[in-house]
Amino acid sequence: MTQVLNWPASHDVEKMPVVPLKYYGRWIAAAVLLIVIGGLVTSMITNPRFKWEIVAQYLFNEEILSGLLATIWLTLAAMAIGIVLGTGIALMRISENRVLTSIASGYLWLFRGTPLLVQLIFWYNLSALYPQITVGFPFGPSLGSFDANRFITVYVAALLGLGLNEGAYMSEIVRSGLNSVPVGQREAAEALGMSRFRVMARIILPQAMRVIIPPTGNQLIGMLKTTSLVSVIAMQELLYSAQLIYTANFQTIPLLIVASIWYLALTTVLSIGQYFVERHFGKSDRRSDATPQAEVEDPNHSARSA
Amino acid sequence: MLSSQSGAPGSQEFAVIARGVEKSFGALKVLQGVDLTVGYGKVACILGPSGSGKSTFLRCMNHLERIDKGFLHVGGKLVGYREHAGKLYEMRPNEVARQRADIGMVFQSFNLFPHMTVLQNIIEAPIGVKKLSKAEAIEDARRLLAKVGLTDKADAYPRTLSGGQQQRVAIARALAMRPKLMLFDEPTSALDPELVGEVLTVMRDLAAEGMTMIVVTHELGFAREVGDMVVFMDGGVVVEQGSPSELFTNTKTGRAKAFLSKVL
Ligand SMILES: Nc1ncnc2c1ncn2[C@@H]1O[C@H](COP(=O)(O)OP(=O)(O)OP(=O)(O)O)[C@@H](O)[C@H]1O
Ligand SMILES: [Mg+2]
Repeated sequence: MTQVLNWPASHDVEKMPVVPLKYYGRWIAAAVLLIVIGGLVTSMITNPRFKWEIVAQYLFNEEILSGLLATIWLTLAAMAIGIVLGTGIALMRISENRVLTSIASGYLWLFRGTPLLVQLIFWYNLSALYPQITVGFPFGPSLGSFDANRFITVYVAALLGLGLNEGAYMSEIVRSGLNSVPVGQREAAEALGMSRFRVMARIILPQAMRVIIPPTGNQLIGMLKTTSLVSVIAMQELLYSAQLIYTANFQTIPLLIVASIWYLALTTVLSIGQYFVERHFGKSDRRSDATPQAEVEDPNHSARSA
Repeated sequence: MLSSQSGAPGSQEFAVIARGVEKSFGALKVLQGVDLTVGYGKVACILGPSGSGKSTFLRCMNHLERIDKGFLHVGGKLVGYREHAGKLYEMRPNEVARQRADIGMVFQSFNLFPHMTVLQNIIEAPIGVKKLSKAEAIEDARRLLAKVGLTDKADAYPRTLSGGQQQRVAIARALAMRPKLMLFDEPTSALDPELVGEVLTVMRDLAAEGMTMIVVTHELGFAREVGDMVVFMDGGVVVEQGSPSELFTNTKTGRAKAFLSKVL
């Protein structure tokens, strides 16, 4: 089927106006959705049972704000624990020592395999299992012991629960990031005489960051909302503060809206931050200083009529 | 086991001395007793068919691979082992790193650090490993960039460069450590034909300055012109070696003949 196509001379395609394809289906779908959303929003505003005046009244309530603060620091602290722990576990998992890889896999299996809610309640009740916590060597000398009931406060239980659980998830993210860096990078760095630490810190991790950061941003935003789980162990974070208020005044919906507004505000801030951090680590990808792209073909010299 | 002798006769005078070097990957025995001696200031070109163990041998020289058996001296030192009281102790990672700092390596796939600019690629190891001051390292780097003809690319990121330019940066990066020996593993094999020349020119200049070089290559013209010796490897051993004129015009072994007739 090799046939030479001869354009008739009158068909000067280059001079014809172009009519873009019109996507009617998309326009209809968009219009329908706009109407539905508009209806929902109007109903939320006009339905008096949403009680927006109560929402406004409690938005900057002192207890809500202190709950908000607790949510913020809990999120950051748990995430920090998760990242440090996750990096450690990931390094253990890629190590050549079988014992280390097995321990890391076991950790992942345990903390990813049980519900976070269960882990939180478990840590909170740890003192029932170990009334006295002793630090020392197994069967060896003890370095000191303390009262579990006083040590495992709600804060410690919340941090342990969220941080250890997050460590498991972060280790998978860090590991996939480390694996995304080609082996040639490590070899080139080692061939230059860099120490293992330096290779990791200067060559591997910065490149792995581009793979690690987007899902870590998701984890962080997820963590922000997951902290609401610690309300079950009566830690006064944002949701629990709202709950305390609505159990007293029965304004359940308005107070849940108050909490949601704050959660939304925080996730918005985090998303914006994520955008800038990703842009920073993607620096070498932007071709701003690149040699110019191939020139656009000059239409007057196109070979179409040949 | 490694042979216990380490102070081989004249080990200080030669850049590389290999005796009976063996290396296996699992059941696959890739190096089956490689013998090679390369003097300082010499350029040795290693030829041979694919899978003959050329890259593996080169990588053994800076301990990217660990040898199973035999004896390998580079720059007057046993690679990867320290002799003490009649025993050979495997080196710690930081000792290996120190040993590697004197050996430059250039890879087929360039392996520039993509998150760093050309200049940062070059000064990273001199600052981090040799503890040069930043100003000193930058001055060095600019001199090396001029030498490889890339003065204007100091602030470019590697992915914006052509393959030939990337490989020249990789050479400059290795030279920045002021190595006593340069290893090249098929430095032009990943390049478009019209870019091969610019890399070979840089290597030719380097050889003219007296750099000791071991070059795995398929560029017979380069081997003939620049090489002080040509080494033909096949099946994990050195089958034949000699001066280029000797080896190319008066090939002795059948295996080398067969290979050369295919690539010429
Ligand atoms: N890390 C490794 N693990 C397992 N096998 C390997 C490894 N590295 C190399 N090999 C095998 O060792 C053999 C020799 O490889 P090597 O790369 O040294 O050959 P070469 O002579 O450099 O070939 P080429 O010209 O294709 O680069 C090949 O069969 C290869 O598959
Ligand atoms: Mg090879």
